[in-house]
Amino acid sequence: MHENPRNMTQGQFSFLPPLTDDQIKAQIAYAIKQGFAVSVEFTDDPHPRNTYWEMWCQPMFDTKDPAAVMLEVNECRKTWGANHYIKVQAFDNARWRESVAMSFIVNRPKYEPGLALARQEGPGRSIHYTVHSYATDKPRGERYK
Amino acid sequence: MTDQSPEKSEGAQAFPDSFDLEGEFARSNVQAVLEKLDRELVGLAPVKQRIREIAALLLVDKARRSMGLETGAPTLHMSFTGNPGTGKTTVALRMAEILKNLGYVRQGHLISVTRDDLVGQYIGHTAPKTREVIKKAMGGVLFIDEAYYLYKPENERDYGAEAIEILLQVMENQRDDLVVILAGYANRMEVFFQSNPGFRSRIAHHIDFPDYSEKELMSIAQLMVDAQHYVLTPEAQKVLRDYIPRRMKMPHFANARSMRNALDRAKLRQANRLFGRKDRTNLTRHDLTTIEAEDLLQSRVFQV
Ligand SMILES: Nc1ncnc2c1ncn2[C@@H]1O[C@H](COP(=O)(O)OP(=O)(O)O)[C@@H](O)[C@H]1O
Ligand SMILES: [Mg+2]
Repeated sequence: MHENPRNMTQGQFSFLPPLTDDQIKAQIAYAIKQGFAVSVEFTDDPHPRNTYWEMWCQPMFDTKDPAAVMLEVNECRKTWGANHYIKVQAFDNARWRESVAMSFIVNRPKYEPGLALARQEGPGRSIHYTVHSYATDKPRGERYK
Repeated sequence: MTDQSPEKSEGAQAFPDSFDLEGEFARSNVQAVLEKLDRELVGLAPVKQRIREIAALLLVDKARRSMGLETGAPTLHMSFTGNPGTGKTTVALRMAEILKNLGYVRQGHLISVTRDDLVGQYIGHTAPKTREVIKKAMGGVLFIDEAYYLYKPENERDYGAEAIEILLQVMENQRDDLVVILAGYANRMEVFFQSNPGFRSRIAHHIDFPDYSEKELMSIAQLMVDAQHYVLTPEAQKVLRDYIPRRMKMPHFANARSMRNALDRAKLRQANRLFGRKDRTNLTRHDLTTIEAEDLLQSRVFQV
C-alpha cells in the first residue's frame, strides 16, 4: 500500500496514497460547510507530538469557497513545499468542542528518512521507547534536502 | 473500476444525441433573474440584451459540453463602463446570481472593492492584502470599482502594479474559481486598458452603461418611491419632473443615485413636516406615506 514505507503518518488520511488536489478541495468544502475555520501550516519537524507547526497565513474565518484555501496551499507549496510538510487544519469553534476538528497532510518533502526508535533502559530491566526524527538531527532549514 | 471494455475506446464515448435546452433553461432559473432585472431596472436595454446574450452563450456552451464538444472554459471576466449611478453595481449583483444559476460560479456572492482594499501602504503589504480580497471573493464575483486607480503611471514604484500582477494571474489561472468585473468611467477605463493590455486580453465582455434620459430618471424615481411605500401627490410629481433637468445640469449629478438621494432628502423633509405639525395625535396612513410638493420644493436645486 505504501510507496514509501517511511511516510510520516499523522492526522487524517495519512495511511492512504497522497490526496489529489480535487480530493483536498472536497475535504475543505466539507470543513467550510461545517463552519470550521480552515488554516494552512507547515513544518520540518514532523514528530507526531509536535503540535506547533508554523502558520502559513491567518486562519480563514470568512472564506466561502475551497478555492480560497487551495490558493494558500499552493502558495505555501511554492515557498516551502520542496522540503517541508504542509497540513490543512479545520478548527471547530462550537462551544464545548473548540478544538481542531480536521487535520491532514497535503504536502510532503520528496524524501522522508522517517523516525528512529530509541530504547532507554530503566531500573528493573524496564525499557522506555521514544521515536526520533532523523531529519531533526540537522538544524532547521537544512532538513529534507 | 475503470471501464476497459474495448467498445468504449476514447473518442467513441456515448454522448446523448440531443440536449433539452428548454428544460435546462427552465431549471437554471435564469428566466426569473432576467425578469427581476427587467422589473427592477428601468431602461438599460443594451445592458439587458448583453446579459441575455451571455446567458444564452453559457447555456449553449453547457449543451455543447454535454455532447463532448470541447470549447475550453469560457472567459467571463467583464468590464462595466459608465458614469456614476448608471446601475453598474446593481447589475453586477444580478450577474453574480445568473452565473450561479448557470453553474459558472459556485457561491454567487459579490465582493465590491476599490484600490484601497487591494493596495497596501508599504513593501510587502500589498500581496497579502490583495490575496485576502481574492480569497473572500473565491467562488463568486470580484467587483473592482474605479479600477483605473490601480495603475498610477506617474509613480513607477506604486504598489498598485503588484496588485495588478496578482489579479492578472488569478484571472488567467483560476477562471473556474472567480469572475472579475472592472468598473468605472468609460474614457478612463479606455486609458487604463491601453496601458494594461494584460487586462484587456483577459476580459471577454465589455458592457457600456448609458446615462439615463429625463423620462427614465422619472420612472426610476417612481420605482424607488413605490418600493419604499411612499406616494407622490400629483403636484409633487410635477415638481419632481421639473427637478430632474435642473439637477442634471448641476455638478456631481449621478444619474439614478441622484434620484435616490433626492428622495431620501424629501423623506427627511416629510418627516420634519409631520413632526412640526401642531396636531400630532392622529397621524393617518395617508400622512405617513404622502410626499407633498413642498417636500421637494425646498431642495437647493430650486434655490439657484
Ligand atoms: N435602471 C435603474 N432602475 C432603477 N434603479 C436604478 C437603476 N440604475 C440604478 N438604480 C439605482 O441607483 C442606485 C445607484 O446604482 P448603482 O448600481 O450603485 O450605480 P453605479 O454602480 O453605476 O454607480 C442604486 O440604488 C440602484 O438601485
Ligand atoms: Mg457603483
